[in-house]
Order: sequence, then structure tokens, then C-alpha cells
Amino acid sequence: MNYEMGTFDVIVVGAGHAGVEAGLAAARLGCQTLLLTISLDQIANMPCNPSIGGTAKGHLVREIDALGGEMGRAADACFIQSRMLNRGKGPAVHSLRVQADRVAYHKYMKQVCEMQENLYVKQGEAAEIIVENGEIKGIITRLGAVYHAKTVVICTGTYLKGKIHIGEVSYESGPDAALPSNALSLSLAQYLPLRRFKTGTPCRVHRRSINFDVLERQDGDAEITPFSFEHDGAEMQNILSCYIAYTNEETHRVIRENLHRSPLYGGRIEGVGPRYCPSIEDKIVRFADKERHQIFVEPMGLSTEEYYLQGMSSSLPEDVQLAFLRTVKGLENVEILRPAYAIEYDCVDPTALYPTLETKAVRGLYGAGQFNGSSGYEEAAAQGLVAGVNAALSVLGRQPMILERSGSYIGTLIDDLVCKGCSDPYRMMTSRSEYRLVLRQDNADWRMMPIGREIGLLPESRYAAMQEKYRLVEAEIRRVNRTNLAPSEALNAMLTEMGTVPLKTGCKVADLIRRPQLGYAVTAPFDVERPALPADVQEQVEIQIKYEGYILRQNQAIAAAQKLERKTLPTDLDYTSVRGLRLEAMEKLNKRKPLSIGQASRISGVSPADITVLLVWLEQHKEGQNASGI
Amino acid sequence: METIAAIATPHGTGGVAVIRISGEHAIARADALFRPLHGNRPSELAGYTCAYGQILRDGAVLDDCVLTVFRAPHSYTGEDVVEISCHGGRFLTQKILRTVLCDTVRLAEPGEFTKRAFLNGKLSLTQAEAVADLISASGENAVKCARSLRDGATFRRISGFSNTLLELLSDLAVWADYPDEDIPSVDGGALEARLCALSEEMQQLMATYDYGRIVREGLHTVIAGKPNVGKSTLFNALNGFERSIVTDIAGTTRDVVEEQIRIGGYALRLSDTAGVHDTDEQIERMGVEKSLAFLRDADLVLAVFDVSRPLEPEDSALLAQLPMARTIAVCNKTDLGALWHPEDYGFADIVEISAKMLDGMEQLETAVEAFASRQATPAEDGMIANERQRTCLAQAIFAVEEGLDALRMGLAYDAVTVSLEGAADALLQLTGERITDAVVDAVFTRFCVGK
Repeated sequence: MNYEMGTFDVIVVGAGHAGVEAGLAAARLGCQTLLLTISLDQIANMPCNPSIGGTAKGHLVREIDALGGEMGRAADACFIQSRMLNRGKGPAVHSLRVQADRVAYHKYMKQVCEMQENLYVKQGEAAEIIVENGEIKGIITRLGAVYHAKTVVICTGTYLKGKIHIGEVSYESGPDAALPSNALSLSLAQYLPLRRFKTGTPCRVHRRSINFDVLERQDGDAEITPFSFEHDGAEMQNILSCYIAYTNEETHRVIRENLHRSPLYGGRIEGVGPRYCPSIEDKIVRFADKERHQIFVEPMGLSTEEYYLQGMSSSLPEDVQLAFLRTVKGLENVEILRPAYAIEYDCVDPTALYPTLETKAVRGLYGAGQFNGSSGYEEAAAQGLVAGVNAALSVLGRQPMILERSGSYIGTLIDDLVCKGCSDPYRMMTSRSEYRLVLRQDNADWRMMPIGREIGLLPESRYAAMQEKYRLVEAEIRRVNRTNLAPSEALNAMLTEMGTVPLKTGCKVADLIRRPQLGYAVTAPFDVERPALPADVQEQVEIQIKYEGYILRQNQAIAAAQKLERKTLPTDLDYTSVRGLRLEAMEKLNKRKPLSIGQASRISGVSPADITVLLVWLEQHKEGQNASGI
Repeated sequence: METIAAIATPHGTGGVAVIRISGEHAIARADALFRPLHGNRPSELAGYTCAYGQILRDGAVLDDCVLTVFRAPHSYTGEDVVEISCHGGRFLTQKILRTVLCDTVRLAEPGEFTKRAFLNGKLSLTQAEAVADLISASGENAVKCARSLRDGATFRRISGFSNTLLELLSDLAVWADYPDEDIPSVDGGALEARLCALSEEMQQLMATYDYGRIVREGLHTVIAGKPNVGKSTLFNALNGFERSIVTDIAGTTRDVVEEQIRIGGYALRLSDTAGVHDTDEQIERMGVEKSLAFLRDADLVLAVFDVSRPLEPEDSALLAQLPMARTIAVCNKTDLGALWHPEDYGFADIVEISAKMLDGMEQLETAVEAFASRQATPAEDGMIANERQRTCLAQAIFAVEEGLDALRMGLAYDAVTVSLEGAADALLQLTGERITDAVVDAVFTRFCVGK
């Protein structure tokens, strides 16, 4: 018996990292938003590693923050250890990573959602989507509650037809023993191309059973950089450390001898697992000559004794897990609290989505997170934000937000997903961005805040603070480019000591900063007129001067790429009518319906020759250039 | 698109030549020129059929021919095409071509048929390039090279380079993306050594480009010498050596941009016939600077001297301007004895020819062949043969050198990575792959990383 439960502007199905950002963004833009979750106790849960950020993922979090999302602030509030990875490898690959308190993070996000105006958090399982004439109308819960809505965002994570595998045993389940969402998958499959992916998580073990004395310790940074551009991190403190252990030949032997009991090698798992996150048995099979593998032993939080064993994801039986873990030095007496498991789930082929994350098949229906084939909390949150914003903008009758590949990691992530698709769960990496010298985590504020402000998610005060920061940066760059330094004994002594050529005649301060051996800080004593500037301003000045040539070049490449992005293709174009396209390209283009030449060029099976043909076609049909689908 | 026409068979060789007309006016133009001996006019013919008849010019019969009609899209270019197969020989084919050309039919640009075939979806870009090169390949060496290009010797070498780059890039990517994993860290010294080696190999391949151009386009050859020294005789002898038909030079200078002949396995492009005859005047007229440029652009200069007469100021002026490494001295053999010796003026290649030019031609052929093969070894393992390949390779070399500079300057690896990606990207353009996907794939294939 169905019953009416009201009408919303936006319904978000699922309250994981994607759902929370989608719900908050839509509500903050003034839309009446329903955030539906199978369990209120699973809001923003971290069923795998309780860590936020990492290489490339740290970039995503900072971009989310600069757009007005929540993840960065939540991570800053709930971290127990913070590290800037890749210090010394160049600013393009600096990445912030924190170990977070899993329970605290959940509580923080749950309360932020509960307190958000226009946002209605409810426990319930969406069982069906209502679609009329290719347009979303609402959802029906398992209890029969009918919620009408103009837009729906699907953020089902690993819940959608979730199935857990541990050794010979498998059962239907969501992550962390939550209920799976089975009915919804059938309903979605009527409209969308669903497929099956797999992921996994290692076991959690008890702190008292670990001999930390024989493990390598890994401490957090002395000076902490926060994720959010809101504060400077001066008061932030590391609380706990992480540790490193290693597998050995004995560990590998135990695993090899029990491979036949793995559901993966036994053929019971059909889902495609992520390449970047292989199970320990995968690593041992694929890289047989590697003598040892690292295990990161990481705390799950301050209110628990659980430790996470990063690197030991497995779907072998529980007894095998215990046996191989106990071969590891420092884990001889290990006590498992939760066994490792593999989980299979349904997700959509992301090429069925527009860059707005709206599905091509159903107007008003959006997808985000693992549902779109990605993996990772940060990837999920980034898409949740984009999907929530676009659902809201569509309700408000405003232009959608499409983030360009050349402007952000979020744009790159979404462009990769919707243009190229993915054959295994997609993880963000710095090597995925061709513009990474410009798309750095340190300038995410400068790149994204203008967009966050235009949408209306970012408070004016934060935008103004960013403007002030970059005003100072520009003024200082101008100053050091103008200011002369005369050679002096002290200066030349410093230059010699730093291993660079002493001065014979005067030079600009900027020229010294630019030398690889030098930087902004070491030149300070000789640059007497230098004003006192905040650390983030100094950092920008140094990076922009040192990398000026490269940044200039990437900016040129970006400008060239944007030209192709702005050559729009009509979405109603029948590519079989374009003479000169190869058959494969015709089929792919007809299926994907790219919005621009740029997008078309990234579809696999579309060659540079096909792009030439499309460019010729566009030239011949110039009047069509302004007519675009979105 | 305009209707175009050109001689579709190589100039000056073979018993049969084909003139191709492509475009919407092709069949109408054929109707106007062609008188079928029996049966249908071209416009009444179905596609893939031919007719025997005569080509008329102002009512006079030029030649007997077979005319074939292809109807769009079932033709090489995808447009309406008429092919006139007539008797070979430059004079006749040029005459027929000039008859075909009118206000609705213009002369095709080089490669334009293939370009249209590509635009109409008849050829892929790589096929089009290979076909274009095959068509324009002059001489046996060129044909061999064009084939090796399609067979992928060059592509194999270029993929070798891009594989090296991808390996280095995936090292750098893992180093950046998996900072905590125990994988070998990037060794700057080893990276520099590998990049140096790579850059050198790429430059070696690049060096084959000039050779590639020479076999494809022929040696751009200039005959130099003072008036009446025998340049024209040499020119005619070279032509005669190649074939018996004497080129109708007068009146065809607009059509005949250059004279192409073959010596041994190599093509010689004797520069612009007007230019050859007036070389000295032209050199004088153009002034020292321009004449220098004229000689500088030549791949080969045949400098003709009369050694039976003393060195005159004109000879000296010429000697000062000659690019010695690319010059063959051609001396009139004489019973009177030589008054001076070209070897005293630094010539390495000297050929003596008789007054009638016939005796020395074998020698000249040997000298030219030796010269051409010295330009570069015909690279069995691939060579750069077209402009697109050259551009991509040049970009890649530039980017690798730039990465090396960054590395030597001590810049962080993220800057080096960007340069190397630029290099790999340039090379992958030739195979149609994409750099970021390729690097990510290489990372996961080569490294055991991830939680």
C-alpha cells in the first residue's frame, strides 16, 4: 500500500560521501532536499580506510572546499594525523592526506546534515524510481512511501545489490553489515546500463595484539596544512601515528596454498575489481617475484581500539586471513575484530551520463560516486557536489555547472568518466591530469572559488579573502621582479653555500628565487624591503616564479584545448550522415553524443583523423555551432 | 568542391598515361572532349564502365583513348571520376591535360585526389599518407621506403621511443602517486642517462628525414656554370639519358615546373627549365645574396667548367658561391689538355665528360648515385618520410631536451615529467594513443601498488 510523503526539489538516495555533499549543496542552494539513507548510523561512513586525501585525492578535497563543499572542513575537524605527501617532489604533486577518526567523522557529517536548512534527513530504502516520459518524477521507498521530486541523485555506493564474499561464503549485504539495496537496482536497470564492480577491504585488528615496537613508525607533519582554505592550521595537532609492517615469504606461501579457497580465483566473483587496489592475493599472484609487501597499520579513531591494515585487502576465508597475518613480524598474536571481505555491487556505465552527471536516458536523474564507476571517498564527494549542484541548478532554471578538464581535478575526473568510461573502479591520480602544473592543490582556491561564488555555494567573505590573498601574491611578484639585489659578500657567500653561482653584477630578486637551489625564504635576509606576508602568499609567490615558464606553457595548452572544448557538437547529430568518419567512430559518437569536439577527441575509438573530419563538418555547418544540447 | 584534373601516372614514363578528372563537372567535361567510336557518350555510361574513342581539341583528334567512368561515391575520391587512358609521353599527356582544363576544371594540387578521398571517407589518414607517398615516390628507393613505412619500420622505431618514454613516465607517476609504497625511487642520474640516449636515437631517426625527402621528392638539382659552357647540352643529355622523347620546353614552362629524370635508383629534379637556361643571367640579376640562396637550397649542384680555357672571373665568382660538399664538378673533356684542375679548388667529386656528353654519362651516374647514397644510409630500420612524422618527432626531441635541461638545472621532477609527457604525446599522435591513459595503464602493469 503506497502513501504520499510529500514533494521535494531534490531527492538524494544514499548518504555516503557523495550523498552528503549532494544533499548539502542542493539544500544550500535553496532547494527543498530529501536525503534518504538505509541507516542514519551509516551517514558519511568510512567502510574502508578511515583516511581522507592522498595523492590527487587531496587535490579533490581542496577543490571541494573551494567550491563550498563540506569534506575538507569535516576532515580538518576529525583528523588524528596529517601529512603533506610528496614534499620535495615539486608543488604539482604535493598532496594532503589525513588519518581521520571514523566515528567522529560520521557524527560530524550527520550533525551538519541534520542542522542544514532545507535538508531533510530520513532513514529509508529507495526501492523504485518513478519515471514518466523520460523524466524523473520521484521515488518509492520499500515501505511504500511516495516522494515526488523534480530531480533525483543516485549515490548508492556499494549498497546497490551489494554482495559480500569471504572465502567460500557469500551473502547479500551492504558495507559494514548494513542492509543492501536490491529492489532499486531492478528499477534503475529499466533505464540505465548497469554493470557489476567489485572492491574490498582488509581486516580490522585489535591494538593490544600488535607489537608496535618492531614496526616502523610514521609520524604526521610538524606543521600542519589544513584541507580547508578557511583556516591556517596553526592550532591543529597530530594525535596518533601510523606504522608500517611487511609481509614475508611465509605470508606469501600461506596465501598461495589457499588460493583455491578465494572466491575470485574460484570464479565466484563476477564483478571487476580495481587495479589500483588489488587484494593481497592479487599482488602475490601478479607480482610473484616481489619479496615483501608493505602493510600500513593505521588507527581507526580515538574512541576505538581498532586498527586498519592497509595493503591487506582480501577475500580469503577468515581462518586463512588469521594464518597469513600471524606470519607478519609484529602481528604474531594478532586478533581480528572484523575480517577482510570483497564486496560486489551494481553501478552504471558512466558514459551514459552527461558532464553534469545527469543521465542521458532520464531527465532529472543524476548519479554520483561509486554508482558512476569511481572509487574512493574523495572521488565520490566531488561527484556528489557536482550532481547536487546541477540538480539544484536545474530546479532553479539556471545554467548547469560543467567543470572543465583543464580547470580542475574534479573536471578531469568527471570528463574521464563520462567521455572515456572506465573498465574498473576509477581512482584519481595526478598522472590523469595533463595540466597538473597548473591544477595544484595549493591554488585550488584561486581556481575554484570564483565558480563556487557564482553558483552561490561559497560565502562572499571566503571569496573576498581569496581575492585579498592573490592581490598580495601579485603585488609581491611584481615587487621581486622589480627589485634589484647588488652583489655583496654575504649574498655571494650564501649563494656559494647553496651550490649556485655567485653574483658579479646586480640582479632581480625574482631571478634568484627562480634558481633551483634557492627559493623565496633564503633570499629574505638580502631583500630588505620585503613585506611580512602570510605563509600561503609566500608559497604562491615562490611557485609562480619558479614555475613561470612551465605554467605559461600549460596555460597555452589549456587555451588550445579549450578551443576544442568550445567547438560544440549538436546532440541530435546523426554521425552516420557525416561523410569520412570511420564506422567505429560513427557508432561510438552516435552512442556517446559528445557535447564538444574536445569530448569527442577523448572517446576511445575516435581517431585524430575522425576529429579532422568532424572539424571539417563543423566548418561546413557553421551555423550549427551555437546550438548545443546543454 | 571544384572539379580537378591531373595526370595520374608518373611523368614521362610508361607506354600508357592516365588523366584523371574528379568532381561534379567531370562527366560533362568528358562529354565535351570525347568522341566515342561507337556507343555511348560518357554521361550515358554507368559507373565502372569504359568506352573507346578519341580525344578532340578544336575538332582535331589528339589521340585514341579509353575512357572510364566512376560514379560517386564509388570512386577513388568518392566523387564522379573520369579517367582517360591515352598513349604515354609527356608531350601528348600535357596536351590532353591542357585540353581538359577549362573554366569548370582546374589543375589538381599535389595530393588533392587523395585528400578528397580522405575527406570523403575513402581512406584513413595513415592510409592516405602512405598512398600519397607511394604515388609521389620517384625511383626504386622511394618505392621501397614508402612500403617500409606502411609495413611499419618507422612506426616500430617510433613506438620504441614512446615505450621508453612511457616506462620512464610510469616510474615518475608511481613515484608521485604512491609516495608511501616501497618501490624504487627515481634515480636522477639514471633518468638523465636514459633521456640522453633516447634523445640521440631520436635525432638519428630525424637525420633520415633529409634522405627521406630526397628519395621521395628527388634530388633538387641545379646546373650551374657560365654561359656557353655546355649546361644546355648537359641538361639535354641528362634528359636523353632518361628517355627518348624530347621535352617540349618552349611554351610549356607554365606546366613544366621542373624536369624530373632518373639516374640509377634516384630521382633528380632539375630545377625549373627556364632557370636552367638562364642560370647565370638569373644569378647576376638576382644579385649575390639571391644566387647564394638558390645554390644553398639545392641538394646537388652540377657545376660545369671548361678546363681547356683559363679560369675566368665568372668561374671564380661561381667557385666562391658553390656549396662544395654538395657539388659535382662536371668538366668538358678536351684534347687540348686542362689549363687548371678542379681538385685544386677543393672539389672531391669530379666527372669528365666528352664533347658529345655521352661517354661521361655513366661516370656521372655513378657519381650522382654515390652522392645520393652518401646523404644518408637508406635506413632499413625505418626513416622519417613525411612532414607529419617529422613535426611530431621534432616536438618530441625538443621536449626531451627540455626535460633534460630541467633535470640538469635541478628542477623538481614534476617539471621534468611535464616535458616527457609532451614528448610522449607528440609521438603517440602518430599512433593515435593518448598519453594519460597510456601512463596509467603502464603504472598498473609494471608496479604492485595500492592498498
